[in-house]
Amino acid sequence: MMTTNINLGKKNLIAHLLRRAGFGCSYDQIEQFSTMEYDEIVDELLNPEYSLPEDQDLLERYFIASVEARTARHADPQWTWRLAKSKKQLEEKIALFWHGLLAVGGVKLDHGLAMLEEIDLFRKYGLGKFNDLLLNISKDPGMMYWLDNQNSHKNAPNENYGRELLELFSMGIDENGEGAYSEEDVKVAAKAFTGWASKPTPPPFLLGPFKMEFNFDELDHDNSEKTFLGKTGNFNGEDIVEMVSLHPSTAKFICKRLYLFFVSEEENWEEINILADIYLKNEGNIRIVLESLFKSDHFKSKEIIFKKVKSPSDLVFGISRMVDRFQVPDLDSAELATNTFLMGQLLLNPPSVEGWHEGEEWIDSGSLIERINYASDEITNLNSPGVKRIIEIIYSKKLDSNEDFVNASLEALGYLEISDRTREIIKEHLNKNNNISEENKIIDLLKIIVSTPDFQYC
Amino acid sequence: MKKEKNLVVIQLSGGNDYLNTIVPYESGLYYDYRPNMGLKNESIIPIDDKIAFNSNMDIFKNSYDADNLAVMMGIGYPDPNRSHFRSMDIWHTAEPYESSSIGWLGKTIKNLDPSGSNPITAVNFGKGLPRALACPGVSVASVGALESYGLYTGVSGSKNRDILLDTIDRIYQPMNLEGMPSIRLLETGRGALDGADILSEAPKNYNSSVEYPEDNPIAQSLKGIAQVASARLGTRVFYASHGSFDTHTDELKNHSLLWKQLSTAIDCFQKDLKEQKLDDETVIWIFSEFGRRIADNGTGTDHGSGGVAFLLGNSVKGGLYGEYPNLDPAAQLEGDIKFNTDFRNLYSTILEDILDV
Repeated sequence: MMTTNINLGKKNLIAHLLRRAGFGCSYDQIEQFSTMEYDEIVDELLNPEYSLPEDQDLLERYFIASVEARTARHADPQWTWRLAKSKKQLEEKIALFWHGLLAVGGVKLDHGLAMLEEIDLFRKYGLGKFNDLLLNISKDPGMMYWLDNQNSHKNAPNENYGRELLELFSMGIDENGEGAYSEEDVKVAAKAFTGWASKPTPPPFLLGPFKMEFNFDELDHDNSEKTFLGKTGNFNGEDIVEMVSLHPSTAKFICKRLYLFFVSEEENWEEINILADIYLKNEGNIRIVLESLFKSDHFKSKEIIFKKVKSPSDLVFGISRMVDRFQVPDLDSAELATNTFLMGQLLLNPPSVEGWHEGEEWIDSGSLIERINYASDEITNLNSPGVKRIIEIIYSKKLDSNEDFVNASLEALGYLEISDRTREIIKEHLNKNNNISEENKIIDLLKIIVSTPDFQYC
Repeated sequence: MKKEKNLVVIQLSGGNDYLNTIVPYESGLYYDYRPNMGLKNESIIPIDDKIAFNSNMDIFKNSYDADNLAVMMGIGYPDPNRSHFRSMDIWHTAEPYESSSIGWLGKTIKNLDPSGSNPITAVNFGKGLPRALACPGVSVASVGALESYGLYTGVSGSKNRDILLDTIDRIYQPMNLEGMPSIRLLETGRGALDGADILSEAPKNYNSSVEYPEDNPIAQSLKGIAQVASARLGTRVFYASHGSFDTHTDELKNHSLLWKQLSTAIDCFQKDLKEQKLDDETVIWIFSEFGRRIADNGTGTDHGSGGVAFLLGNSVKGGLYGEYPNLDPAAQLEGDIKFNTDFRNLYSTILEDILDV
C-alpha cells in the first residue's frame, strides 16, 4: 500500500505506540507526550504503579450495583470505565490481553465480584513473570470453577483444567492440533490439580455475591507418583505450573500471542523467536519481553503501522478517548460494554475458554455495520468536548484545498493514515459537496473518515 | 420445476454428549460407565429396543416417526482431535489433516454464486462468522437483529444519506490493493452495504402466527431465518449456533435444558416453515464438533470423539444411519467411541442433494 505520509515523524510513532500499548490518544495528548523520548514513554507504560484509581469512589457512586457486583453484567462499568479513562493504558491493555488468553466467561462464572478480581489479578501480575501469573490464575477461585476443577477428585479427575492449561494457557498446539505434550500428560496434569477448588462454589445466589476463596483439599488430592513431560515425582499443581511456565514451547506460545496481540496478525517467526529467547533468558518476564517488542525497529516499521485490525475494544475505547467522551461515569458510559458486544466482543464474557478469534475475524458484515454506525455517531456528537476540540484543531491549520482539509482532519484525529485510493474518493466527495457550511463540511468529512476500511486498522 | 432447497445449519458448540442424546438404554455397559448420569425411565423416549432419544427431544421423536429425521450414528473423522477449536475447524473446513481457512460452505457459496452477485446467498445469525462460511471472494451477511440492520439509519435527509452512502460504497469497492485495507475487508464492506438494505426489508412482509419464545436464543435465531427465508431473496444457506454443550459438570441439568430449548425452537420453526410454505424446500443439518467420553467424571463428561448428527426436513428420508458404536472396552478408542461414519460423506450428500453443487 502507498501512504502519502512517507516521513514517519515522532508524533506518528507515539500515536502508533499508544494505539497498540493502549487505546490511543487525542491530538493534545500526543502533543504532551512528544516532550518525552519514545523509549521513555515505553518505560512509563511498562511500569504502571498498581493502585486504587482516584475516581474509584465516584465510579461506585454512579454504579452502585457494580460494587461487589452480583453478575458479570453488573460488573461491566468497573472495567469499561478504566478502559475508557485510565491513564495507565498498558495496565488495562495487558489485562485485556490476558482476559482473552486465560479466558473466563461470565456465562458460567456469573459472579461479577470474581470476574473483576480476575481482571485485577491481570493488572497486578500481567506484566511480571508468567510463572507467577499462571500460578495465581490456577489458584483463582473463578478459574477453578469455570474449568470445573471443583469436580476433579482424587478418584475421578476432571480433565478440563489440565487440558486447557496445556493447550490454551501455556504450551499450545500447532496448526495440526499437536502439542509438545501427550494425552497422558493431560491426564497427569489433571491428577496433579485434584483437590484444587473454589470455596464456596457459586450457586445462583439471590441475596448478593459472596467472596470466593481458593481451597486446597489435601484429602481429595492425588498424592501418587506421576510422570509429566518425562519427569517423575509426586507432583502437585504448583509443580506442573512451574514445569510448563519455563518450557520452550510455552515461551514460543506466549510470545506468539503477545506478538499477534500487540504487533501483527501475521506470525513472523523470526521476530517471535527473538521474543521467545528473551522470555527464556529472563524467566518468563513479560515486561522485559514487551520492552524489547515496543522498542524494536520491527514494531516501528511501515509493515506494522496501521496493519492490524482494531478489536471492538480498540475501536470503542479508542474513540471514547479520541473525543474525550466521558467526564463522569454517567449512564452513557454504561453503554460501552454494549457497544463492544454489538461488534462481537462482550467483555467479561469471551465466547469460550479460547478467548476471541482476533484479527480479520473481528469483522463480518454485521459487526462492520455496528462499527461504522457507532464511530460516525460518536465523531459527530458535538456534546463531546473532544469533538469540538478536533474541529478547532482543523480550523487552526492551513485549509486552502480539499487535500489540506483531509490532512488536517487525519492529524486532528490523532495522526491517522488512509490509503491513497480512499483519499482520492474522499476528495471527490468534498468536491461534490461544496454547497454546505464549513462546519458541516468538516463533520461530514470526519464521519467518512471513521467509516472507511482504513479506520478499521490501528 | 424442481424447487431449490435451503440448508439451515445448527451448530451445537462445545461438544454434544452423544450417549445422553441417543441413549443405548439396553446396554449394561452404558450404565456401568455412567453411574451418575445414565438416563432411564422417564428421561428417555425409546426409538427401538436398543436406543432412545433423550426425553427433551420429543419433537425429534415426532419427526422421526414421520420419517423426516435422519440420525447419523457414530459420525466423526479419522484421528480425532479433542481440542474444541481444532475439531471445530476440521468440521468447518472438512480438512482433518491440514489447517485451512476456507470453509466447506464458503466454497459452496462461491460455486453457487461465482460472481458474488447476491450478497445474501448465505446468512449467519449471531456474533462472529463461523469459519465454515469463510471463503475469499464470498460475502456472507452476519446479522444480530434484523430490525436494526443498516448503515447511518439516523442520518437525516435522504439526499445527504444517499451522497454519503455513495461515497462509502465507492470506498469499499473491492480492489486488489497491496496491504491494507485487505480485499477481505473490502468484500465484507461490500456485502454489508448491499445486504443491509435487502435484509432490513425482509421482516416487513413477514406474517406468522407462530410465537417463538423470547428467552430462547436459538428460537430467536430460527425466527430470523424464517423471516429471511420467507422473503425468498435467494438465500441458500442459513447458519445459527446453539450452546454451550461443553458439559464437564452439571451435565444432567445443562444438557437437558439445551435440548429442551432446541426442541422447542425446532417445533416453532417447523410450524412456521409450513405456514410460509417453505417446509418442502428446507433441510436442517445439526452437528457438533465432537462427542464426549464414554465414562462420566461424576457430574459431567470430558471431551471425547465420535458423535451424532441429524438431518431434518420433509424431503429427508428418515431413519437411523450408521451403527450405534460398541461401548465394549476392546472396541473403544482411548475411552471414546469409535466413529463409523465420516462426516465428509454427509457433506457430499448435502452438497449434491440439497444444494445441487
